[in-house]
Amino acid sequence: MDAPAMPDNSFYSRQAWLILGLFAAVVLFVIPALRLALPPDNPLHLSDYYLLMLGKFMCYAIVALAMDLIWGYAGILSLGHGLFFALGGYSMGMYLMREIGAEGQYRSLMPDFMVFLDWKEFPWYWAGTEYFSLALLKILLVPSLLALIFGWFAFRSRIKGVYFSIITQALTFAFMLLFFRNDTGFGGNNGFTDFKRILGFSLAHPGTRVALFAITGLALILTLLLCRYVVLSKFGRVLAALRDAESRTMFSGYNTRDYKLFAWTLSALLCGIAGALYVPQVGIINPSEMSPANSIEIAIWVAVGGRGTLAGAILGAAIVNGAKSYFTVAWPEFWLYFLGALFVVVTLYLPNGVMGLARRRER
Amino acid sequence: MTRPKWYRLAAIAFLLLASLGRAFAIDGETAKQLGAEDGDAKLAAIQRLVGAADPAAIPLLKALQDDALVLVKGRLVIIDGDKAKDALSGASVDAPADQREAITVNNRIRAALDGAIASLKLVSPDRAERVAAARAVAGDPSDEMLPLIKTALSKETDDEVKRWLNQARALVEIKNSDPALRRAAAKLLGVGDIPQAKQILGKLLEKNPAGSFIEADAGVRDEASNALRAIERRALMPQIVATLFSGLSLGSVLLLAALGLAITFGLMGIINMAHGEMLMLGAYTTYVAQSLFRAYLPGWLDWYIVAAVPMAFAVAALVGIALERLVIRFLYGRPLETLLTTWGISLMLTQSVRSLFGAQNVEVANPSWMSGGFNLGADVVLPYNRVVIIFFAAFVVFLVWLFLSRTRLGLYVRAVTQNRTMADCMGIPTPRVDWMTFGLGSGIAGLGGVALSQIGNVGPDLGQSYIVDSFMVVVLGGVGQLAGTIIAAVGLGEINKFLEPFTGAVLGKIFVLIIIILFIQKRPQGLFALKGRMAES
Repeated sequence: MDAPAMPDNSFYSRQAWLILGLFAAVVLFVIPALRLALPPDNPLHLSDYYLLMLGKFMCYAIVALAMDLIWGYAGILSLGHGLFFALGGYSMGMYLMREIGAEGQYRSLMPDFMVFLDWKEFPWYWAGTEYFSLALLKILLVPSLLALIFGWFAFRSRIKGVYFSIITQALTFAFMLLFFRNDTGFGGNNGFTDFKRILGFSLAHPGTRVALFAITGLALILTLLLCRYVVLSKFGRVLAALRDAESRTMFSGYNTRDYKLFAWTLSALLCGIAGALYVPQVGIINPSEMSPANSIEIAIWVAVGGRGTLAGAILGAAIVNGAKSYFTVAWPEFWLYFLGALFVVVTLYLPNGVMGLARRRER
Repeated sequence: MTRPKWYRLAAIAFLLLASLGRAFAIDGETAKQLGAEDGDAKLAAIQRLVGAADPAAIPLLKALQDDALVLVKGRLVIIDGDKAKDALSGASVDAPADQREAITVNNRIRAALDGAIASLKLVSPDRAERVAAARAVAGDPSDEMLPLIKTALSKETDDEVKRWLNQARALVEIKNSDPALRRAAAKLLGVGDIPQAKQILGKLLEKNPAGSFIEADAGVRDEASNALRAIERRALMPQIVATLFSGLSLGSVLLLAALGLAITFGLMGIINMAHGEMLMLGAYTTYVAQSLFRAYLPGWLDWYIVAAVPMAFAVAALVGIALERLVIRFLYGRPLETLLTTWGISLMLTQSVRSLFGAQNVEVANPSWMSGGFNLGADVVLPYNRVVIIFFAAFVVFLVWLFLSRTRLGLYVRAVTQNRTMADCMGIPTPRVDWMTFGLGSGIAGLGGVALSQIGNVGPDLGQSYIVDSFMVVVLGGVGQLAGTIIAAVGLGEINKFLEPFTGAVLGKIFVLIIIILFIQKRPQGLFALKGRMAES
């Protein structure tokens, strides 16, 4: 495997700090101001559509960072990261469903789909979903616990490479089937939607939307900083070592299983957070988020941006999703050709992605 | 079901007359009344004929029903084409068209005739007719028919007819107010194979909301539960066979889908995510073959499938070879990248087919010799198309085995699978082996597509729905050995089908996945690992 370039000093260069500071200023001040302070007829006014799109992209960027951490730095290609994203989303969605109160179509305190199924009381796993604090706890715990258990089994028996990828794909596929069932109690194939408010703030209000957007931006920046800290630490160096020569690392006395397990679980945790930020902004979560195709798309974001570069992951998520937004509106029938070609071209000709291109030019 | 009222009335009339024990032959007086102007007189005559329980009256009544019965100078004559014969004696008579006098049959009489003919069939001299009539009665007997059934039973000598009549009788008497009759009926139902018996007996054992049993008599309940157990015991074997069969059927489909994947994965260590699309291409080739036959060889339409098999193999193999030559060979030693690239190619193939054939499913029909199935009794039918697929899968496995163990290329394939570097050193042209094997693996998937087109929908997303399952087969079976793939495919098929009744299809699948994950804890290399120094890839 071509080793992606190791993280270098450019991470802490003045330039990197400058870009990060600029990004923070744009996300936290400029965009909220464009949305809230400018009147709608001003050409610079940002519509809800674009605010939502940018917010979505930032959620995807967090997922891409999580993917880069595990694939770019530990060499583990997960084809099931969409599952952790969706689980975080569902954890948040359950709380948002309870926040609807009796304003659903059936005027019942139960979510509409439960009324529809003629359920009289909440199933046990819906207990406590009305508390935001518990929802936050669940967003952090559910995806990471699942990843921990799954990873423990997988890494213990030294499943790796394509085997691991396939098993993760089967995992997300199985969960998708499970969540598609109406009886599972998560709204079947319609999932959760028609959210009204979060913590009492109306989700339709521009202020709430901007706040969610800014929180997402903050989460993205913090995720980037965390990932940067992790990959530059000694821990990150060991990860890279086991990516490039697992046996050698193992024989040097490192317990590679625990290293992989930690990176894997952290990655799932970040995905869950991204999913939880995604759902209130987009207003819907359904099992199609767990489809294998979605998860594999995450990998291509990272591949396009450049593996093992962190910044590349963010860039890749923005490029691919920007293209997707454009294509699915302009030429919907060509989107899959484009995406397919992207998979082929990037792996064949751009093994280090856009960041690799940029770096080559610098030299 | 809306049964005509007159049907029942006719049956009641029959029982009334039959219970009087009067045996009428077809006497002239009764027959003559059929020709009477008065509708009531006709009805009475029909009822008397039924009461006589003489099957000889059937042709007469049928003729009346078909408007073939006419009056010629006061005599009843049956017209059959150009011939005419006396309705009573059967002798040929002269019936010039201008002397025929039609007998009017209104709806009331027509309904009575239907019932009369159906009832008389229970005593028809033709055994097959009696069986059919008795079966029909057992399907949905009404209370009014009970005496009729009893009369027929007293005359009947044939066991099969008796069995059906007994079931019909039991179905009526299970509702009787006399517990002794109900007990006997429950016992009778237990020995028969009437589909509704299970539900009826089950209902007897239920409690109503107040907590008391719907069936008050404990003896009847005992008998009913015995009968229910007997029915279930008898249905058990066919059901097990049916489940085994559907498991085997699913297994052979999985095998066809996964066989090529296992070979290419074993050989090159890469996962071809576009493998499912090879299945899809095979299925679409079958569709094209069917369309071509429909257009140019309509007389041979039943055999389009025979032409589709080589065509599907060729199409899928060519696409596979192109894929290997143009893309995969540049990604050597980078299995994860190959996985992503082939996924991209699968997206493009899916979209191409969607543009070419439309996003809707296309219609692929079974040839007539593949529709229908073996009936095992107890509502268990083994469809021919699935039987054919099982044999087809076995045939393909046999060919692959021949190829791997009896040909030079097969020898090369095994050598490269075991140790690529060493095989290279020994002068085996590994690149050629690679593309040829890749073509073969894709071709086998094409064959799988032909099979899938016969049992499921053919649409652009066909490949996606099988890809995860085929991977599971490969993971479970291990690579490089046919036996592993076969056992894994059939095993997964059987486990799925045996879990399904208890867990439902979806939870069954999830259980299977958990089983696989736990299994590879024990044997990370799959069921059948190649022996040798392969600890580290």
